[in-house]
Amino acid sequence: MSDASARKMTEDLLRPLQQTSWRFYLLVACLGSIVAMGLGTWAYQMYMGFGMTGINNPVYWAFYITNFVFWIGISHAGTLISAILRLVNAGWRRPVTRCAEVITAFALMIGALFPIIHLGRPWLFFWLMPYPSNRMIWPNFRSPLVWDFFAITTYLTGSVLFLFLPMIPDFALIRDRSTGLRSRIYGALALGWRGTTKQWHRLESAMQIMAVAIIPVAVSVHTIVSFDFSMAPVPMWHSTMFGPYFVAGAIFSGIAGLILAMAALRKFLHLEEYLHPIHFENLGKLLLMMSLLWAYFVFAERLTIWYGNDTPEMNVFYVTQRGSFAPLFWTMVVCNFILPFSILAIKKLRTIGGCVIASFGVVIGMWLERFLIVVPSLSHKFLPYSWGHYSPRPVEIMIMTSTFAAMCLLYVLFSKFVPIISIWELKAGEHPSPALSPLAAHERPLGETHA
Amino acid sequence: MSAIYALYDDGDAAQRAVNGLRKAGVADSAITVISDQPMEAFEFGEMNRATRIWYIASCGGIVGLVFATWLTRMTELAWPLPTGNMPIVSWWPNLIVMFELTMLGAILATVATLLVTGELVRRRPALYDPQVSDGKILVGVDGPSRADDVERALAGAGGSIKRV
Repeated sequence: MSDASARKMTEDLLRPLQQTSWRFYLLVACLGSIVAMGLGTWAYQMYMGFGMTGINNPVYWAFYITNFVFWIGISHAGTLISAILRLVNAGWRRPVTRCAEVITAFALMIGALFPIIHLGRPWLFFWLMPYPSNRMIWPNFRSPLVWDFFAITTYLTGSVLFLFLPMIPDFALIRDRSTGLRSRIYGALALGWRGTTKQWHRLESAMQIMAVAIIPVAVSVHTIVSFDFSMAPVPMWHSTMFGPYFVAGAIFSGIAGLILAMAALRKFLHLEEYLHPIHFENLGKLLLMMSLLWAYFVFAERLTIWYGNDTPEMNVFYVTQRGSFAPLFWTMVVCNFILPFSILAIKKLRTIGGCVIASFGVVIGMWLERFLIVVPSLSHKFLPYSWGHYSPRPVEIMIMTSTFAAMCLLYVLFSKFVPIISIWELKAGEHPSPALSPLAAHERPLGETHA
Repeated sequence: MSAIYALYDDGDAAQRAVNGLRKAGVADSAITVISDQPMEAFEFGEMNRATRIWYIASCGGIVGLVFATWLTRMTELAWPLPTGNMPIVSWWPNLIVMFELTMLGAILATVATLLVTGELVRRRPALYDPQVSDGKILVGVDGPSRADDVERALAGAGGSIKRV
């Protein structure tokens, strides 16, 4: 890579950190207001009690748990995809990984907030920790909710570190190019990084280990979230398929979230030279594959239940297929399968615009899927006398809306203070390791290829 | 700290400087090469590759596993709660916590090893030049015993000599 192109790349990617337009302040003010309203609503809910929500007997889990599962699913975009692409050394990953890893960190934080919002006394959430209460009562390790605590804590710790480690060289770059307080802050974040060969090797080894460790952790997290449901003998929950079904759905919604985030970054930060149509096309192919996998899981689940013809399960089956939840169910099928398949299966339509439309549909569809897992089963349990109804109240809608705003706000602020594309990784991609480059014909003596 | 170093525009010149230092009798362990990106395409980029980070990460995982085994078993025995006809010490659910803490142990050990062996968060001053961030490659020797030979080797590859 020539000096000029390296300099241009650095300047392009550092520009959002150095220049701030009024649009940024306006956006932050708008998003911040929505987040503040959400926090106010939560405080109101705490003060007034859970009667302000639509949660009732028998639907004790509704919007909040739907959002919990949805956001944990969205978090699977980043670290998992990034780790897989790092391990297979996919060259096209370089501009994508950080955009993806950030989604994981923020989506997990937001997702982990929902079980706390769902608590009647959220200030006692620390009782989930492996720490005895003042009556020496320890958490019950046979409760899936305690498993959630361990899984999410491990995944969040791993994801934040997985995001932070490759940022260190970029922090050092900003440290050297700035002065005053900014230089001191980025200097502290750079942890004294210099860029010696030893540091590069250690960073590379650490990232390899983190990638190897984070993949099974990511899979375990959503499997454990599925255990919150499948461990309970509730119609259409008690299924051995829920683990892989949830993991596939999480990756599916995660990829969609990543495409939307990348498209927004490309447009608003003018990153057209770094986020190419091929990145969207590749992610579009992944999204198509996950759409097919999702359809396969839904078909397998529905067929098994229909064939079993167990009355309590068929009640839930029919209420979603042709009952009061049918409009949501069929919207979900359109958003998760028909729309992405009809766009992404055709190469000509696999453009940035096409991928964004398909991803938008998938995000909506996957939220509906989470809702349809949680609510119909709880509202139609085994005996008809216990059936109930749920509809969300403004408090729940406001809190949910504010979490979407919080995600956007955190992402906007992150891209304001940290290069959203890893500068050193992009530069390194211009001259890959010889071990990854095929030998030229004249360097490979005859016969050696078959040795 | 006393050090001699030179800055180079590209990897080829840096490689010549490293080769010159070796010819002058400087050991690889005494040579410092600093760049703003990994230089795996060059031989000098392979220096200092050997590491035990994988073993340390594995040890961290084992520590996490042992801790989780103790935590789950001790907790269940300290406050025996009969739950769903499961035994008091239930290994199937405990395996989940054991797995998560094993991975957490491995992750934390990896990061700690990076910080220590990568010489991050160190207090004493180290050889560095901010021009590295502009794409220059620094080749230098910390506390050289034969300064003249080092200077000759670095200048021979086309670098302007600097002393700190």
